[in-house]
Amino acid sequence: MAATDNGRVSFATGGRASRPAVASAPEPEEEPADTTLAPDAVVDLDAVRSDAGVDDVLDGLDRELVGLAPVKERLRELAALLVVDRIRERFGVSTDRPTLHMCFTGNPGTGKTTVAQRIGDLLKGLGYLRRGHLVTATRDDLVGQYVGHTAPKTKEIVGKARGGVLFVDEAYYLHRPGNERDYGGEAIEILLQAMEENRDDLVVVLAGYSDRMATFFEANPGMQSRIAHHVDFPDFSADELVTIAEGMVAEQGLGFSAEAHTALREYLALRREQEWFAGARSVRNALDRARMRQARRLSEGGGSLGLADITTLEAADLRASRVFAGGHRS
Amino acid sequence: MRITQGTFSFLPDLTDDEITAQIAYALEHGWPCSVEFTDDPHPRNTYWEMWGLPLFDLADPAAVMDEVRACRDEHPEHYVRVNAYDASLGRQTVALSFLVQRPSEEPGFRLDRQEGVDRRINYSIHSYATERPAGSRYGAPAGPSARSNGNGRH
Repeated sequence: MAATDNGRVSFATGGRASRPAVASAPEPEEEPADTTLAPDAVVDLDAVRSDAGVDDVLDGLDRELVGLAPVKERLRELAALLVVDRIRERFGVSTDRPTLHMCFTGNPGTGKTTVAQRIGDLLKGLGYLRRGHLVTATRDDLVGQYVGHTAPKTKEIVGKARGGVLFVDEAYYLHRPGNERDYGGEAIEILLQAMEENRDDLVVVLAGYSDRMATFFEANPGMQSRIAHHVDFPDFSADELVTIAEGMVAEQGLGFSAEAHTALREYLALRREQEWFAGARSVRNALDRARMRQARRLSEGGGSLGLADITTLEAADLRASRVFAGGHRS
Repeated sequence: MRITQGTFSFLPDLTDDEITAQIAYALEHGWPCSVEFTDDPHPRNTYWEMWGLPLFDLADPAAVMDEVRACRDEHPEHYVRVNAYDASLGRQTVALSFLVQRPSEEPGFRLDRQEGVDRRINYSIHSYATERPAGSRYGAPAGPSARSNGNGRH
């Protein structure tokens, strides 16, 4: 039972030494046929699009997200580029993998997270990401409390996001100007490194207010140059907010009475002008509170209730809000 | 002597693609993976050294493969294995454990017989590799400093 070698290739002698070769070795039969097309071949663009589910994602975006016209436009452009790139690849025209890291700027509640999620689906369909899941991280998840804590923390998050989208919310908090002992800079460095090294299976999306993102990029030019797509999310108009509110209410099986509709319109017009308005998120909160008031109204009123009673939000439910009294909270 | 320990150990050594596929299988089942290494492959040596911490909440095998590669680079002549732990109630055990690296030379084991009272024989297994001090087994001389265990890596 002494030292013997039974002739098998081991991880160490064969598997690891020639690792790059091993990666492509196991399926030689797949290699030759389907990679390059002849120069005179024709590719059905629509077939490529539908195979990748591009139209499903984009249509879903159009259907489910109100407004955001410039964002949708940018996504359509991006999708078109990626589809054409895929076809180029099939003809054997080598194209570099485009940089897909993005920066979403806009006020809170303008749909940045939701769009990031859709982008994950889109890129997965096109084969740029293996899973397309969304991992949301803020400063707390990336920056450590003491020396040597930041690197493993950031790496852990990057590891979780591999094959998907890493969404860094309020990215400018990573950088604290004037505080040299802050570990945010370390997190940024590791993030940059990950964005370079794992370019083929990680998309980083930075999000935040546009003015503060601009300052952040000024302080971190490396970050700026590695991000190809800057997408600005416009605020929702009053009409769009009403449509959003209707959609949210319908999702919960509720509806507005005619008067409540007017009240909602007035409410949103007022609320938009007040402090701490957070777009669709504020709408959701307002509706939650209206539902609470409706429940209270119903339970205090007593008597018998029909389906219409429990599924209709009345004007009074909205008008009770403090917004109408001039306060910023309802 | 080629050591057969853990799952797949009677198959030819897995390629990196195959390892990735196995890790993906583990993650699909919700088993977090961890990487461990040792230069003492005695069958009763259950607790190998951990390479960093176990990797939780992963969706994709790429991050585990990164750790496997880092561990291989740091310990080129050690045994390295991947464990997948099933934490579900009623199971709570390692569900899958397989080697992802072995030293280039494996000297194997010797069977020791010890005669006791009444000609009773006690058997034990002696690993030739452990005759040398830890860290300098399997032909790899220990580096100038102690090798990292993957914690606090940058």
